[in-house]
Amino acid sequence: MLVLLAAVTAVRAGDTSRQVVAQAVVASDEAKKRELILSLVGQGDEAIEPLLVAWRKDSLFIFNSAEGVRIPVQLIGEKDSVGAQQAQRIEDGKTLLDGSGKPLRLVGTELAAVEHTSSLRRAMKIVLDLIDLGAADPAKRIKAIQTIGQTQDVVKMPALEARIKLETDPAVMRSLREAVALIHLKDSKSDVKLGALAELRELHTLSSLDFLNHTIKEAEAAKDNAVLKAARFALQAVEQHRSAVDFFGTIFRGISLGSILLVAALGLAITFGLMRVINMAHGEMIAVGAYTTYLVQNIFGAGITIPFFGLSLPLPGMGLTGAAYQWYFIAALPLSFIAAALVGIALERSVIQFLYRRPLESLLATWGVSLVLQQCFRLMFGANNVQVSSPIYLSGNWLVNDVIIGWNRVFVIGFAILIVFGMWLVLSKTPLGLLIRASMQNRTMASCLGVRTERVNMMTFGLGSGLAGLAGAFLSQIGNVGPSLGQGYIIDSFMVVVVGGVGSIGGTIISAFSIGGVDQVLQQYLPDWAPGLAWVPGIGSFLQNLAQDAAVFGKILVLAGIILFLQRRPSGLFVTRSRNLDE
Amino acid sequence: MKPETPEPSFWANRDNVELVAVGLAAVFLIFVFPLLNSLGVVSNFTISVWGKYLCYALLAYSVDLLWGYTGLLSLGQALFFALGGYMHGMYLMRMIGDLGQYHKPIPDFLVFLGWTKLPAFWEPFASFPFALSMVFLVPGLIAYVFGILAFRSRIRGVYFSILTQALTYAASIMFFRNNLLLGGNNGFTDFKFILGHNLQASETQRALFAMTAVVLLLVYGFCRWLKQTKFGLVQQAIRDGENRVLFSGYATAQFKLFVFVLAALIAAVGGALYVPQVGIINPGEMQADKSLEAVVWVAVGGRGTLLGPVIGAVGVNALKSWAVRAFPDLWYIVLGGLFILVVLFLPGGLVSLPKRLVPVWKRLGLSKTKTES
Repeated sequence: MLVLLAAVTAVRAGDTSRQVVAQAVVASDEAKKRELILSLVGQGDEAIEPLLVAWRKDSLFIFNSAEGVRIPVQLIGEKDSVGAQQAQRIEDGKTLLDGSGKPLRLVGTELAAVEHTSSLRRAMKIVLDLIDLGAADPAKRIKAIQTIGQTQDVVKMPALEARIKLETDPAVMRSLREAVALIHLKDSKSDVKLGALAELRELHTLSSLDFLNHTIKEAEAAKDNAVLKAARFALQAVEQHRSAVDFFGTIFRGISLGSILLVAALGLAITFGLMRVINMAHGEMIAVGAYTTYLVQNIFGAGITIPFFGLSLPLPGMGLTGAAYQWYFIAALPLSFIAAALVGIALERSVIQFLYRRPLESLLATWGVSLVLQQCFRLMFGANNVQVSSPIYLSGNWLVNDVIIGWNRVFVIGFAILIVFGMWLVLSKTPLGLLIRASMQNRTMASCLGVRTERVNMMTFGLGSGLAGLAGAFLSQIGNVGPSLGQGYIIDSFMVVVVGGVGSIGGTIISAFSIGGVDQVLQQYLPDWAPGLAWVPGIGSFLQNLAQDAAVFGKILVLAGIILFLQRRPSGLFVTRSRNLDE
Repeated sequence: MKPETPEPSFWANRDNVELVAVGLAAVFLIFVFPLLNSLGVVSNFTISVWGKYLCYALLAYSVDLLWGYTGLLSLGQALFFALGGYMHGMYLMRMIGDLGQYHKPIPDFLVFLGWTKLPAFWEPFASFPFALSMVFLVPGLIAYVFGILAFRSRIRGVYFSILTQALTYAASIMFFRNNLLLGGNNGFTDFKFILGHNLQASETQRALFAMTAVVLLLVYGFCRWLKQTKFGLVQQAIRDGENRVLFSGYATAQFKLFVFVLAALIAAVGGALYVPQVGIINPGEMQADKSLEAVVWVAVGGRGTLLGPVIGAVGVNALKSWAVRAFPDLWYIVLGGLFILVVLFLPGGLVSLPKRLVPVWKRLGLSKTKTES
């Protein structure tokens, strides 16, 4: 078993990285060691990094075996009472055994730690800096390449060029070309610069923007017209690309915000739109859904204890891990619907059923309910936000041509479509839907025809609340889950329903996407438009200042726009015709 | 209010009872309370707390005028209250002079934001008359513009409530930003002087308190007078059946607009008196929740009545001051629960309680004497 590596004179082809490190450890002279270490540059082996790090931290040792052989080892694992640790052979990563085949335990302080001089440490740093260049994961490679490119490190150029020859992944290749071009940009010779600029123009990556601006400044100072022109061209290409990315990104964010608004407002479109109940506790129904998701997550995990009015309710956990745990979110969806629907039905039975003829008062009473519910959340789950983790299939981003597309957002969009379709099915294809529509259109007539309107009211309110709960489950993936979660959505939801036209589900859909789209467009482009506000007399600079706060100012503009829109169409986009004077 | 039949007793007329009670309360609040304070019987703290309640009562009047008498449930009255407060606060900020922490001639938060000279719109607020006119102008103008937009397109009922709530929400997120140059989420505080008087001195606080009580009395008197004018009758008719009033040839939108602006002004005065007594104004005061709270006071006290707003504002806030300390965790549940109960079981509020108790009283056979209405 004990294969010995005596002094090696050269790196032999086919040696593993571990073997190379082992050779470097035992090599006699400094230059040799350095050469061996540097030969590791660009190797993708994952063993290199921990070994070199251990070397720098003095945890590589040389063990002199009974046969007088110098074996380089790394001490790993827990120290026992005498301070001994398990020894791992560096050359193959196997545990060092004694003569009888038992693992040998060594004490670090009794051995000689492998030394390292500053020149060796520099060599190791170079290797470590470039280690990801050969990583198996393309994303890791790209990150490493980009770091080199952004620092314009000429020293690492050979490593990049070596990698270009090997690289097969097109995305990695692109960033390699960019990094090389960026480094060339630092070159003093004009023709090298020109080549780099042409390359950058072709690649038009967003990350090269700062460098191009810098180059333009330099070229202006040096009066190098050819470079200046090329740099401006390249910059133009990048700017064009950027505005395209901004444009499509804005569209995506607009759609995604629109679906969030839609999901949050759909429940309200039923309770407010169809039933004409102003449910100020709608936001809290959303929060019920979000907290249900949180509970389900904990039940799938380690369990949780809920304190409430001095009682504590322990919920045992199933202790699932891995893939099974990831399913919690799927399980949470129906449960949050049911939980919110039950709370909604309780609310309808206890308060709202007495207030159908007094809409203003139902607004006030449900606000009272919302205060009570918020405080209950605070008592049960604490005043701070709770942690709802994203299942794997909902985290992560897609990067499509520099446009960031979040998985959770895509999921919400898909979900919004699904839920609208589901609601349409329920309302137009089921007996319950028929009863709901009948009762909502004319409660008295429906009642005369034998519809049990009391029950229909209850079911409808339950359905609306359940949808809000479902929204809460999804919103828990997008924003924070806390006692005042609902407050953030309530005003937006009401706006969506009012603009869409009370009683019109189609209007709700259109208005959700319009409001979402306008909001995102304003957020994206307000800062660009801000300079155009300078003409306003007296408060021009003040407005400019304000417009920089695009998120807030955009929201205010949207609200102002809604008020103006209601001037033209007081009943929203789609008017439900009625002969009743007071509707 | 002329009694058409000779009344057997002065006290049998509910109105007379109310007038006497208001008169006694006014004398007490305007003269006795400050006097007791100067004698050291009533602490400065009590004075400032009660001053706060009375300011809230003004806010409650503005809600009652709209909701109780015109049927418009506005969830934006806290905005006008806070705007009045902000306008007055700007004057008070200027009066700090260079006594702030940075010892610069501009307010501390501007120094903190990197300003070296005063922004132009802050300039005239060193003048008290200007600030005072702004206390009326800014909320009044906003109410006027919003009112025109809302009433012209016949936005009414719950839609009006939702829109006023949105307006308040928009304003509050704007005031939370530092870029508005109105103190961001910290707002204005650390006031020092008002009209050359030290704001911390108990004489100043006493004078402010008495002034608040006087203003409250004036507002009460005004509402009382307005109620029995022709305008007041149209106003209540709008509440009870707007379409009928409209078809009788009244431009209801104009009436509503007038009341809306009037209510905003009352709220703004309340805010302007609130700031020097409480010593701070921040965007938290203009959130939609605050408006709803004011609606709770009116609902609890009794909407569409003249005493309800005061009783509700003082009662609920006194309850709050006590409950927040006694049961910090349960206060919101109490407030919410109180609200649900009042809406469901006592739509007339506390003021209607005696009237409702009379039949119970009689049935129990405890009523010894006369009077039925």
